[in-house]
Amino acid sequence: MAEKKAKSILKPDWQDCRFGNIFTEAGSSRHYRTGDWRSDRPVVDKEKCNKCGLCWLYCPDSAMKTLEDGYYEPDLFYCKGCGICAKVCARKAIAMIEEGA
Amino acid sequence: MSKRVALEGSFAAAEAARMADVDVIAAYPITPQSHIIERLADFVANGELHAAYMPVESEHSAMSACWGASGAGARTFTATASQGFFLMHEVLYFVSGMRLPVVMTVANRAVGPPTNIWGDYSDAMTARDTGWIQLFAANNQEIFDFVLSGFRFGEDPDVLLPVMVHLDGFTLSHVVEPVVLPEQEEVDSFLPKYHHPYAYDPDRPMSYGIVMNPDTYAEVKKAQDVSLRESKEVIVRVWKEFGDKFGRYYSPIDGYRTEGARTLLMSTGCLSETAKVAIDRKRDQGEDVGLLTLHLWRPFPFEELYEAVKDADTLIVFDRAISLGGPGGPIISEIKSALFDKRRDIKFAGLVGGLCGRNLTVEQFEEIVDRGREIAERGSSQVLETIGIRG
Repeated sequence: MAEKKAKSILKPDWQDCRFGNIFTEAGSSRHYRTGDWRSDRPVVDKEKCNKCGLCWLYCPDSAMKTLEDGYYEPDLFYCKGCGICAKVCARKAIAMIEEGA
Repeated sequence: MSKRVALEGSFAAAEAARMADVDVIAAYPITPQSHIIERLADFVANGELHAAYMPVESEHSAMSACWGASGAGARTFTATASQGFFLMHEVLYFVSGMRLPVVMTVANRAVGPPTNIWGDYSDAMTARDTGWIQLFAANNQEIFDFVLSGFRFGEDPDVLLPVMVHLDGFTLSHVVEPVVLPEQEEVDSFLPKYHHPYAYDPDRPMSYGIVMNPDTYAEVKKAQDVSLRESKEVIVRVWKEFGDKFGRYYSPIDGYRTEGARTLLMSTGCLSETAKVAIDRKRDQGEDVGLLTLHLWRPFPFEELYEAVKDADTLIVFDRAISLGGPGGPIISEIKSALFDKRRDIKFAGLVGGLCGRNLTVEQFEEIVDRGREIAERGSSQVLETIGIRG
């Protein structure tokens, strides 16, 4: 259901676009997969990570998820691969790995 | 009971906005538009109009403020001209794209350089593809009537598009003519309250003006184009209703003495009034010439054009702007394009003149008809044919 809704919002026919620049549902950007913009993927090394949360704080897309065990992991549906998390990580625990490599 | 008063064109525009009971006016003064917004400032200061008057710092801000106000559900009016019109240019697209029925009068003025303040349509023609409904008024009564009816069809739930009323700088904006003003009750019964289905409301949050990428932009633009085209039906319907109520009927292309005319002259704005006298003279001399006045520029009135020229074999178009390095005047190029598939038998002539407020006399309009016929018959070696330009 959520999949279907997301599809109709993301790929509307022109007949659905009378007020095309308005989305009547607030927060609809949650349906928008920005992860496919990414060329490099952040990978967290739990051996080095001390759970400080700088990556979570700095991520401009709020794409760093907090895991139950306190570690952090990128949500690849949204992560655009900008690399800010890797840059700010004080322990150099995040590596940017080329997609498909 | 309506009353007939003497009003300059600017005041006719301001009266229409006042009687439409606009909620917000955001404007920046520029010659020859200033009288419009000065008059509205008087109305607000005197308590004759209860509106928020925003004396903004530029035309870009003026149109941006109109965007916000109209989006919040306020009936919104502004006015500009020439260079100021250019400064608000990018915002024009946002107002139409966001489907906001702002009404704006443009006191048309030539664009510099050379620096000037006088009237022609070189400002108006740059807004051709902005997605606004665009009308050309030929006299002060039409200014009042087009602004008032513009609110009505712009705000129609099936339209929701902004409306631009072009009026000739000085020759209409600063010239006093008789104008019939209706009673407020008549206006109120013609113009319902403005309601936008998606007006900004903190209790009903939505996403406005969202980013769109290659996979969605084109669908939105196609929808906008269809909406603008389909607005013509509503415009025609509203003008019929307007005529039934106020006694003055308008159509996208108005004909004057066109019965049996094989040659038609097309003009726009106040110079159509001068052209009418030339047509009268030609008719008195037994020539089969009629006049078409183009009122509706966007959406372009294709069907009305086909109907208007169905008995004609020669069409002469007078343009008050140059498409520099292009096909002569902007209107002749569109008329030719519109008729290419329908009427390849029609012979055309396009003449450009009246730039920067240069006067055109009745005799010169007679000359436009004579030379136009000659050009249509024999063709011309020049793409740009002019009238009243030395050398």
